[in-house]
Amino acid sequence: MSLDLSSYRDLMVALLPELVLTGWTLVLILFVAWRHKTIRDLRVAGGLTLAALATTAGVTWWLWWNRTGVAGIAGMVAGDDFRWVVDWIFLGAAALTVLISISYLEREQLFAPEYYILLLFGTLGMMVMAAGSDLMVIFLGLELMSVAVYVLAGFDRRRARSAEAALKYFLLGAFASGFLLYGIALVYGATGTTNLGLIGAQVGLMGTPSVMLVAGLALLLVGFGFKVAAVPFHMWAPDVYDGAPTPVTAFMATGVKAAAFAALFRIMIQGFAAVPAWHDMLWWLAVVTMVGGNLFALAQRSLKRMLAYSSVAHAGYLLVAVSSGTSAGTSAFLVYVVAYTLMSVGAFAVLSAKGRGGESEVTIDDLAGLASRRPWLAFALAVCMLSLLGFPGTAGFIGKWYIIIAATSAGQNVLASILVLTSVVSAGYYLPVIMAMYMKPEPIEAAHVDVVLDRWGRAAVAFAVVALLLFGVWPNRLFDLARSAGDSVRPTMTTTTSGQ
Amino acid sequence: MYARWVLTALLAWPVLAAVAVLFVPARLAKYVALAGSLVELAISVPLWWTFEPATGMQFIVAHPWIPAWGIQYMVGLDGISLFLVLLTTFLMPLSILGSWSYITKREGGFYALLLVLTTGMIGVFVALDLFLFYVMWEVMLIPMYFIIGVWGGDNRLYAAIKFFIYTFLGSLLMLVAIIVLYLQAGRLTGTYSFSYMHLLSQVGLLGSGGTAWWLFGAFFLAFAIKVPLFPLHTWLPDAHVEAPTAGSVILAGILLKMGTYGFLRFAVPFFPTVALDPTVQLIIVVLALIGIIYGGLVAMVQPDFKKLIAYSSVAHLGFVMLGIWALTLQSVQGALLIMINHGISTGALFFLAGMMYERRHSRLIEAYGGIARVVPMLAAILTLVSLSSIALPGTNGFVGEFLVLLGSFRTYPIATALATTGVIVAAAYLLTALQRVIFNPLTQEDNKTLPDLTARELIVLVPLVIGILWIGIYPKPFLRRMEPSARQFIELVRPGATQNQPTMAVGGGQP
Repeated sequence: MSLDLSSYRDLMVALLPELVLTGWTLVLILFVAWRHKTIRDLRVAGGLTLAALATTAGVTWWLWWNRTGVAGIAGMVAGDDFRWVVDWIFLGAAALTVLISISYLEREQLFAPEYYILLLFGTLGMMVMAAGSDLMVIFLGLELMSVAVYVLAGFDRRRARSAEAALKYFLLGAFASGFLLYGIALVYGATGTTNLGLIGAQVGLMGTPSVMLVAGLALLLVGFGFKVAAVPFHMWAPDVYDGAPTPVTAFMATGVKAAAFAALFRIMIQGFAAVPAWHDMLWWLAVVTMVGGNLFALAQRSLKRMLAYSSVAHAGYLLVAVSSGTSAGTSAFLVYVVAYTLMSVGAFAVLSAKGRGGESEVTIDDLAGLASRRPWLAFALAVCMLSLLGFPGTAGFIGKWYIIIAATSAGQNVLASILVLTSVVSAGYYLPVIMAMYMKPEPIEAAHVDVVLDRWGRAAVAFAVVALLLFGVWPNRLFDLARSAGDSVRPTMTTTTSGQ
Repeated sequence: MYARWVLTALLAWPVLAAVAVLFVPARLAKYVALAGSLVELAISVPLWWTFEPATGMQFIVAHPWIPAWGIQYMVGLDGISLFLVLLTTFLMPLSILGSWSYITKREGGFYALLLVLTTGMIGVFVALDLFLFYVMWEVMLIPMYFIIGVWGGDNRLYAAIKFFIYTFLGSLLMLVAIIVLYLQAGRLTGTYSFSYMHLLSQVGLLGSGGTAWWLFGAFFLAFAIKVPLFPLHTWLPDAHVEAPTAGSVILAGILLKMGTYGFLRFAVPFFPTVALDPTVQLIIVVLALIGIIYGGLVAMVQPDFKKLIAYSSVAHLGFVMLGIWALTLQSVQGALLIMINHGISTGALFFLAGMMYERRHSRLIEAYGGIARVVPMLAAILTLVSLSSIALPGTNGFVGEFLVLLGSFRTYPIATALATTGVIVAAAYLLTALQRVIFNPLTQEDNKTLPDLTARELIVLVPLVIGILWIGIYPKPFLRRMEPSARQFIELVRPGATQNQPTMAVGGGQP
């Protein structure tokens, strides 16, 4: 169905998933205000959160099933397959985060159900970001998401590292927002609008882009570079990822990153397809991010910091997809983000099981001998590591393969080669994890006896591993979905086609 | 009927057997694994008779896999891959039986990985879709990585990661090359497919421009690391020495052949103009020669018996590369034969090294001496196998190397003359080692009580000895099955080149 956004009813339909999630969040707030004393309340809040996410996913599915679209190009929100598919990714990432949070909160004695409210607000912000086809709406979503995640990062307020993470994230995040706003202002100055469709049309008519427009674009990229932790704007990432509670780290690495990329894709393709400059900027950004992220990760001993830097490296791979600038790149991004979400959540879940007792630092060597004590957990972590490495048979490989296809078909063979070469480097830090678990003996008897996941965590890990292997061998359904979603984000102008 | 399911069964069965191995009690694991690998062998044996040499690619099965990218599950067999598949299924039961007493911890995992490895190796040899080929090429890395890293020697972690990263580096660049090839062929024809035949038919259109050079370079790197060609061979001694016996046997026997197979199947036929470029020819022939002579010389000074065998592999594979690039019927068939011979002889040498290690717990040559009096059977077999590795007439080694030298002399007379010295070097290092291990005076107390081969060890070695003598005395059944495929390979690369060439001096070329 096609929605006319000037009608009140249609606007409501277009925003239905966000409205439903908002409703649920309000219900949860009421619940928490009323019942927040016992562990049982915490669990009920977790259950309600899962219900909220499931309902929202259902509503999104209904809109997708009915092929909901938005008439015209000048709407504030988009209604295309890309949005629905990305929404599912956010909701899935949030749901997996909830599953691994349940036992974590109890173990770390964070008896505050507000955690779930913040998680829902963060998810809502992501959905708004993905929905926005206007720079202001995107900014609104970004702020909603960021504020929630700032608090989440510092949620373990008794731990200095967590507070430090929150403060760092907040300060640098505020800077990033500043850059972004400034960029939006300059783009507005150059084109007279903040609507992506209209920007696209203006830019198409402009011919050579003005200096103001290019400057605005550069600032936008800097802002997003901060959000996705691209080198050289990644400085905050390791400390924040390291200090935040582990489930929150998983949420930041997957959902927050996916949201920033989704918005970036929409902005670049719908708004700036006719400005060739951003391809070059992103080319360099992708190269430094891949090289930097992988080299820094190589030097880490702490597993969590390693995963933080590896997340920087993966942002680099995704930037390769962005810089191709084609719909194949968008589809590749979707497939990759699905894979990346699954493997990150799996890895962080196992990490949170190992890091019990006040979140002491877990080094890679601490995993020595895990395979003989906890064979299934070790197997799950090994699959996640291989998938992060991009090994055939896992979804990580399919995602990487798709990105390489997108890059080479856009003529960027060099970028694809750099991608695979940096992937080889990444073997240097993913493999030691497997090596420690399987090839080194347990340091002391019973070093891993207390490494256990509760059933929810186990469910999340099992789901992630099964999905990783399934998509690794049989990705057809995922492709179809990603292809139609990738095709649905198109440049709005049709007069010149230099961007394609 | 058999033709329709055999290759799929060969790929699927080991995985099923591996799952079974994991779920039976640990003390039964090796029996189940042996039974599984024997069934695999039984499935593959009829290939020997049902294979029609003149038909070319056969037993083809194709199903769509990921239609969005034109990826199929397509497998097939020709005279090149037939023997490599049979070699794989032949060596697997022996490797499992040979690990019986060597592997004492986590047996289930070890045998399951060996079986999964079987699927990966056979997959590489039968894949006719480049995506499938790539997946199989990588998939076999993981079991080998674990086999070296978990059950290997003292320095196993270093060897395992070195092996992994070397191979991974080469193969990822090949991945990009495969995708670029796919896109180019797709743009030219409108059909986007990873099918081997489809890509091969576009070879002429791809031309010899800069792209072809880069693509060849990427394929070359992946395969040259695997062969290994000097100077990319440094992973090999580490991996061979640290791996447990079965790992070394499979590494040398089959994994190295994946490199030369890759040249025969992909790198050379896809880019004939690049492969035949005088500079490229010069580089490869020189590298092959360095491998032959340098490998032999380095082997000569090794104190470690396993390392000696490992470097001898570098030399043998140098002959294979020379034979492939000489592009005559004799040299290519000789190269194919060396690939098989090396699997048998070097496999047997690694088995013997492993058996000696189990008795004496040392790999050093100087730890032995005069053991022929204590363990006559082991000494006899070691002598025979060494002689076959030196290429003594009457053993399999002679047939292969003779054919390569004979065939290559027509193309590269000087290089071939130099390569001949490699045979002498081989005699020098292996005979010296043999003398020091089994003949010199029996001085060390420890060696006076070594037990001779057990029945189980004899069962492992006798089939290999039979293979050595069979190919040495009557290679015709092998050459006959190889000839059409070797001819086809040469015709692909240099059309019309096989018109006036003599067919096999040994046994003639009748169908």
